[in-house]
Parts: sequence; C-alpha cells; structure tokens
Amino acid sequence: MKTTGKVQGIISNIVIVRVDGPVAQNEICHITVGGVNLMAEVIKVTGKDAYVQVFDSTRGLRIGAEVEFEAHMLEATLAPGIISRNYDGLQNDLERMESLFIERGTQTDPIDYEKLWDYTPLAKVGDVVTAGDWLGQVRELWIDHKIMVPFVMTDTYTIKSLTEAGSYNVKTVVAVLTDSKGEDHEVTMVQKWPVKKAIKGYVSKPRPSRIMETGVRAIDTFNPLADGGTGFIPGPFGAGKTVLQHAISKQAEADVIIMVACGERANEVVEIFAEFPHLDDPRTGHKLMERTTIICNTSNMPVAAREASVYTGMTIAEYYRAMGLKVLLLADSTSRWAQALREMSNRLEELPGQDAFPMDLSAIISNFYSRAGLVHLRSGATGSVTFLGTVSPAGGNLKEPVTESTKKAARCFYALSQQRADSKRYPAIDPLDSYSKYLEYPEIVEYLDEHIEPGWAKNVMEGKTLVQRGKEAAEQINILGDDGVPVEYHERFWKSELLDFVILQQDAFDAIDANCPIERQKYMFDLVMDVCRKEYGFGDFEECSAYFKALINLFKQLNYTEWKSAEFDNYRQQIDTFVAGK
Amino acid sequence: METKAFQKIYTKIENITKATVSLRATGVGNDELATVGGHLAQVVKIMGDQVTLQVFEGTEGISTDAEVVFHGVPPTLKVGDGLAGRFFNAYGQPLEGGAPVEGEEREIGGPTVNPFKRRQPSELIATGIAGIDLNNTIVSGQKIPFFADPDQPYNQVMANVALRAQADKIILGGMGMTNDDFLYFKNLFENAGVLDRIVCFVNTTENPPVERLLVPDMALTAAEYFAADKGEKVLVLLTDMTLYADALAIVSNRMDQIPSKDSMPGSLYSDLAKIYEKAVQLPSGGSITIIAVTTLSGGDITHAVPDNTGYITEGQLFLRNDTDTGKVIVDPFRSLSRLKQLVIGKKTREDHPQVMNAAVRLYSDAAGAKTKLENGFDLSDYDERALAFAKEYSDKLLSIDVNIDIEEMLDTAWALFAKHFKKSEVTIKSELVAKYWPEA
Repeated sequence: MKTTGKVQGIISNIVIVRVDGPVAQNEICHITVGGVNLMAEVIKVTGKDAYVQVFDSTRGLRIGAEVEFEAHMLEATLAPGIISRNYDGLQNDLERMESLFIERGTQTDPIDYEKLWDYTPLAKVGDVVTAGDWLGQVRELWIDHKIMVPFVMTDTYTIKSLTEAGSYNVKTVVAVLTDSKGEDHEVTMVQKWPVKKAIKGYVSKPRPSRIMETGVRAIDTFNPLADGGTGFIPGPFGAGKTVLQHAISKQAEADVIIMVACGERANEVVEIFAEFPHLDDPRTGHKLMERTTIICNTSNMPVAAREASVYTGMTIAEYYRAMGLKVLLLADSTSRWAQALREMSNRLEELPGQDAFPMDLSAIISNFYSRAGLVHLRSGATGSVTFLGTVSPAGGNLKEPVTESTKKAARCFYALSQQRADSKRYPAIDPLDSYSKYLEYPEIVEYLDEHIEPGWAKNVMEGKTLVQRGKEAAEQINILGDDGVPVEYHERFWKSELLDFVILQQDAFDAIDANCPIERQKYMFDLVMDVCRKEYGFGDFEECSAYFKALINLFKQLNYTEWKSAEFDNYRQQIDTFVAGK
Repeated sequence: METKAFQKIYTKIENITKATVSLRATGVGNDELATVGGHLAQVVKIMGDQVTLQVFEGTEGISTDAEVVFHGVPPTLKVGDGLAGRFFNAYGQPLEGGAPVEGEEREIGGPTVNPFKRRQPSELIATGIAGIDLNNTIVSGQKIPFFADPDQPYNQVMANVALRAQADKIILGGMGMTNDDFLYFKNLFENAGVLDRIVCFVNTTENPPVERLLVPDMALTAAEYFAADKGEKVLVLLTDMTLYADALAIVSNRMDQIPSKDSMPGSLYSDLAKIYEKAVQLPSGGSITIIAVTTLSGGDITHAVPDNTGYITEGQLFLRNDTDTGKVIVDPFRSLSRLKQLVIGKKTREDHPQVMNAAVRLYSDAAGAKTKLENGFDLSDYDERALAFAKEYSDKLLSIDVNIDIEEMLDTAWALFAKHFKKSEVTIKSELVAKYWPEA
C-alpha cells in the first residue's frame, strides 16, 4: 500500500508533510491542490515529517492537503523516440502541451507509446545476459536504437524467448528472461531509471584517447576536448558562453547531442527550436534536430525542476552511450543548478557554506561530472558521454564556489575573458588561462600525432608560448612606450596578434568561418606558425605594425573564403608573395 | 472560495516584525491575500496553524488585536481594454480616483509561456539612437536593462525609446520612483498624445517599499492581456529594478533567511528571472518587450543585482559621460544586445554586422592610444587617426541625442572609416569594402 500524508507546513516551494508510513529520501510524491497533482521530491525526513520540494508553484496550497507517495525516486523514461523531443526538466514533452501557458500540474508522456517501430532481435534464445546487454534494435531516425536488458536488472538471465522481427509499439514484450532463481521477467522497449544514479552496465571506463572535434579553433587546436571527456566554460555575462555552446552543439562530432537549458533564457532555447530543424549536420547530412534532444527548464520555470533537469539530461546521455554511441551533453548553466541547490538548502535552514551554497556543493558537482566518460560495452562496442557545462560566476569572479568546485572536477577549462569580449575578440576563450589536461595524456598526444600530424602537441605548445611572449612584450610596450623597447618586442607582439586574429578568433556568425574542420585548422595553424617562425628584422615599429596588419587582413580573408576554392588559393598566393617580399 | 462566503475575522496577532505579522489561523492557502488592520498583506509561510503574512505597507501602528481577514485568493488584477490610459497604484487600484476597470480578474504572477510555443524574436525595434540601433539593436520580445548610475538620464532615454518604438501599448512599472520622475513620464506621455496607449503602475518613494514587490507582476499581467489576448506589441518599462531587489531583501531579512551575496536573498536570480522571462514573442504576433533600469552603486556591475540581471536579460545598455565630446553616450564596450544577431544584416543592410564590429574595434584602438597618451608616450600616426575617429564616432553616432535611421548610421560609419583609415586597416570583408567604401 502506498504511504500517504497531509500537508503540515508551506514555505515557498518546500512543503512539510506528516506521513503515515515509510518514506524514502528522494522519493516522489504527489500533492493534490485544487484538482491538480503537484509532483514533489522528498529532500529531508525528520520523525513523521517529510520535507518535500515541489516541482511547481504552491500557490493556494492549504494545510491538510492530501499527499500520496509513489515508492520510487525521480525517474527518466528510456525508450525509442527520445531523439528530437523537447522536454522540460521532468521529461514532460513540451511539444504535446496544448495551451500557450504551462498550467500547473501539466504532465505529458515523454515518448509515443503507440508509434510502431521496426524491430529486429540481436540476441538469441539461450544467451546469458545482464543489465545493458542488447536484445534487439529499432531504427530511430538514423540511429540503431538498441533495446537493452533494463539497467535495474542486474542479475544474470537466460533468454527464454525473443519476439520476432516486426513492427511493434514500445509496450510490446520483446523478450522473456529467466533469472538465476528461475523466475521469468518480461522486457518491453521501455525502461525507467532513477535520474540521480549513474547508469552502469558497462565493462570498463578507460581514459579518453581521442579528441572530439568541435570546429572551434580555439578549442580543437589550442585546448582540445576529449571524446568522453569533461570541460567547462566559465565567463562573466556577455562573454559569449551560450554562443560558444550553440556553435559546439551544431558542429561537434557526436552521434547524439543532449542540450540542457538549465535556468537560462527562454529565447536562447527558442533559437535552437527555430534553427535546428532546418540546419544540416555537416557530417551525416541529416538535420541537426535529428540528433538532438533538448531539455529545457528556463529560468522562470520552477526551481526544483531546474535541479532535476541536469540529471534527466545525464541519464538520457548514459542511455544512448550504452548503445555504443558518442553522446555530447551540454548544460547551460550549471551555476543555475547550483543556485537551485542553494535556494533549497536555504529554505531548509541548513547551515550555509561559502556564499550561502550548501556544504556538499563540491561533492555534488564532482559526482555529476564523473558520470561522463568513455566506456567499453560488453558487446565490444565503445560509447561515450562527453560533458561540457557552462558556469556563470557571480561578478565574473572565478574564485567563487561553483567555479572552484567545477575546476576540481572537469578536465578542460575554457575561461572566457571579459577583456577579450570587450574588444570583440570572439570566442573570448582566454588562450593563457584556459587549459586542456588532455594535451598531457600520452594517448591523446599519440592520437594527435597520428591523426593531425606528427609533433602536433609540441607545435601547439609552441603556439601557446608565442601568445605568452606576445603578451609579455605588449606589457613592456605599454610600460616603456613604443620607442622605449627594441623593435623585436613589437615583432613578438605582432606575431601573437597574428595568431590571435587568425586562429583564436573565429566568426560564429559567418557561414564559412563558423565551422573550421580539423584539416583546415591544421593548414591554417601551420601556415601561421611558419610566418611566425621567420625573423623579420624590421627597421622600426611602425613598419612592423603596418606589415602585420596587412598580413592579418589577408589571413582573415582566407578564413572567410571557402576551403580550397580558387579564391582561397588566390589569397594563399597573396600571402606567400607578401611574406616572400619582405 | 468558502472563505469568501464566511469570512472569518482573526484578532490575535502573535508576532510582529517591521514587515511581517504572524498569527494562528486555519484553512489558509499559500500566497493568498489578507487584510491586516486595513492594510493589504500576503501569506508567505504556513507552519501548522501558524501563518506568516507579509504586510505590504509595513507594520507601523498595527496592534496585536488588529483585525485579520483572509481573502482566499492571491493578488489579482482586473484586465480589460479599460486599462489603457490609466494610472494605478501597486495594488492595481486607480490613482486619482476614477471608476475601477471592468474586466476579467486574473491572478498576477501566473504561469509561464511554454518555451516551445514561443517564437523567435525577429522584429527590429528602431529607436533612432545609433548607440542602440547600430551597435546594440533591440528586438521585439527582448528584455534589456539600462545599467546606469543614479545621476544619469536613464529615465529620459527610456522614455524616448518608448515613444519612438511604435508599440501598441506602453506599460510603465514604476518602483520607488520619485514623484518628480513620475510626473515627468506622465507629462511626456500626455504631451506626445499617446495617453491612450499607456498603462502605468506606480509605487513612488512616498509609498511603502514592500508594495513595490507587486508592481512588476501587475504591469506584466496587464502586458500579457494585451499581448496574448489581443495580439498587440507591448513594451514594458520597469524602473528601477534595483529598488525592487532592495524590497525583496527587506522581506527576506525580516523572515530570517540567510542572505547570500550583497545581503540579497539566495533566490534573487529566480525572483528576477520570473519577471524578465515574461518578455516573449508569441505565435499570434503579440509580443512583450521589457526595457528596465538597474541603477548601479558607483558603477559596480559585480554587485548581486546587476550581476544576476546580466545573466537573465538579453544584454544591457550602459550610459557613460564622454569627456571628449561632453555628451552622454551609449558605451560601445560594455553595452550588448544579445538578440541583435537575429536582425542585423538580415532586417538591416548586409554590411551592418561588419561595420558595427569594425567601428567598435577601431574605437577600442583609440582607447588604447588614449592610455598611451596619458602615460606620456608618443603617438604613432595610426594612434592619432584612431583618436580623431573616436571623437567623431562618439559625437555623430554614440551620443544619445542622435536620431537617424539605420542606413544613415551605416553610411556615417563608412564615411568616418574613409576619412580616417586605409581600407586594409578596417578589416572588413573585401566585397563589402568594394561596395560601400565612399570614394573621395
């Protein structure tokens, strides 16, 4: 029998419920108010009182309202039909909601239970299987969506029967499995999983050994993100976090992209809704929407659901990873999630940690980031979840708790700098503060040697040094004046400017420059480095700056022209002539 | 609704703070309104039979035996076409008497628009001010605040924007506005002959601060009526959101909540977002655009209020006194309109994005040259030209007294480029240079 209770107290969206039976931490319950059911989650229990956070507005709720507990935690529904959907933080399908305004208590199915899928079995009767093993597959858009032994079934099972190939809806029993005690279990195409727990069901989780191409030069060339890796983008507002994340979501070399708009602006999500169904994925030729799922809990939607949204996103990502796919999870912004935790903790009157955030913030963040990664599956396939989150540090100060905690958990750090944003040097990724730990991984260095060119990592380090030296030279020039330093200082400074303008800066709104494939990145970087390795010996600083300004202009035109077109070769010729002429 | 039929009167208040009272009562709903000794109040916390009320006007003079009556409903506003041309207080009651508005009674601070039903903002709102139209184009359905010091003419600029913006309705939400400023807006709207398009909800400095908390929700409920029900283009002006946040801080402080940054409540982000996110482009063609004012203390944008605001709004507009020209300009470095990409070069001329960026970059070079000059170094020829450009750019384009259309702004920018720079120095796509560079 289900535990029930009555409302005893209300403080904003925290409700205290007097219960008549057992309740579990994080258990889901429903509160009845004015004929609608509000979903809530248990976050604290003291004696007979359960403190629940309501995923909706508690307006008009009265003492004594009926509460029913569901005996399970917050779960995601996992089945074919998730790709291309637009969910809220609790996996309600926003597209199926009819009214313009989201009325309180509205719930919609995350998937279509009636749609027919072409199903093919992959396993054989008599096979011994366990959680995550593939039983069959359906074609979801262009993905072979694997139907797996549900992740909650962790025993070993023998397949007793399998449904033949055919057209079925997701409720159809596709297999009957016999467990070690001889009991039979029916498996359909739908399974549920509590979002706050990591999905296991893989053999091993090795270190990442290849990079994930994003088409953004400042990332791929300078600080590459690994496939199955983690990274984060902190930056003050206006520094271009969201533009950068959108660019990555369009261009990244992934099979499935899960975008979690967590407590951010609705208009930014609308941009994705509007654009993605029309944009082509340059790699597969499919529409971008055909590989994207959006989880949208914008800043005006209930705070508690905001916290849930990142977990819902991660769970869906892990589900597709178990099919041997490359999944990229983007969350904008994890600070809003942390703030939701803060609001809860505050209302529970917990003793606050730094900046009033909960004490266990750091643990929560690193636990979440650890769910990403590359995995070897039992089928021999490899799947990955790459996670890239943004952080919105208060006042742009990177010494705040969310940034600091994330820095401990994530392997790539793309610091967006206010100064670069102010001078419109986009993407404003600071070349010196940012880092990618993956450049230090021997397996990644080897991968780069093999797939880009031998000694690539070393060349990149040379480029970074060049930027560093350029910055030092610029400081000297500022202190001592143009005439107060040797001309070599100007040359050094301008070489770093060349690298900055041509490689680090990229026009996200230009059709050609927005996406720079790795082959083109290599070409451009090598070209710039060749120019920079030359010693020029200018007569004076004016000559030096004029020379490089003209050169930057030529290089920029090269970035704007179509790869290997006649025009491109023409500009390349001009650059060669220009450089040879000096 | 039973509380309405048998209104129970309570007369035993147990606790009184400066902003809240609490008493024992039953059958009370969260968020509902009540009257405490004749003053309006709202339920903010219920623990068993202990109910805490936030009294909007403050609790001065309230005695422990004051009559408390619960209304059984959250704050509401009667919406109808009769709202137009009227001035209301924070409770939505007409100022200067006059008949109450006829219409449907709606809860304020209602549900949010389904993000999937939103449309992408795509209509440019021309203001004639180049600092906005050229560099930081505003789009319908956008939310954008002015970040300004208290001494800057932000209300004047905002009023100008409102009048030129060709909105169907202009809704002013005034929070902690001085009576003088209120009269300024009122006279301006009257003189411009646009009173029939105006709705005002005003809390002046003469009114109690906590009342301000109702103003944005009142204004936006009215806005939603005109935008969603009537399909109109609505422009909402909110001034000053910093004072709104201060009122939030007062209440949370009285309720013993642990403050986070700058003594603001931990929920400040969500509180502000709930307001700003009402800005929307609806499928019916109606839209709500929000232009707000966030006053800064000493230009500090890292303070919790501007900082949280910046993360919510789609950009911000900075006003600055330019010492070179002696005019107030829209600061090109710190101002930003995030939605401008949706219209520039699409609804405006193709060269708009590149001209905008090039001009700002050259202006930034001038700032560098200025630093050099201040440090006592010799200027190069390029520096001299950049400085000359910056001065003219500031005077002819950035200044808030400019009122020209966007093509004219672009032509002016090209003329300035040609006057001060060589083609290669502006780093604009060569095809655009070929097309628009004015040949002498």
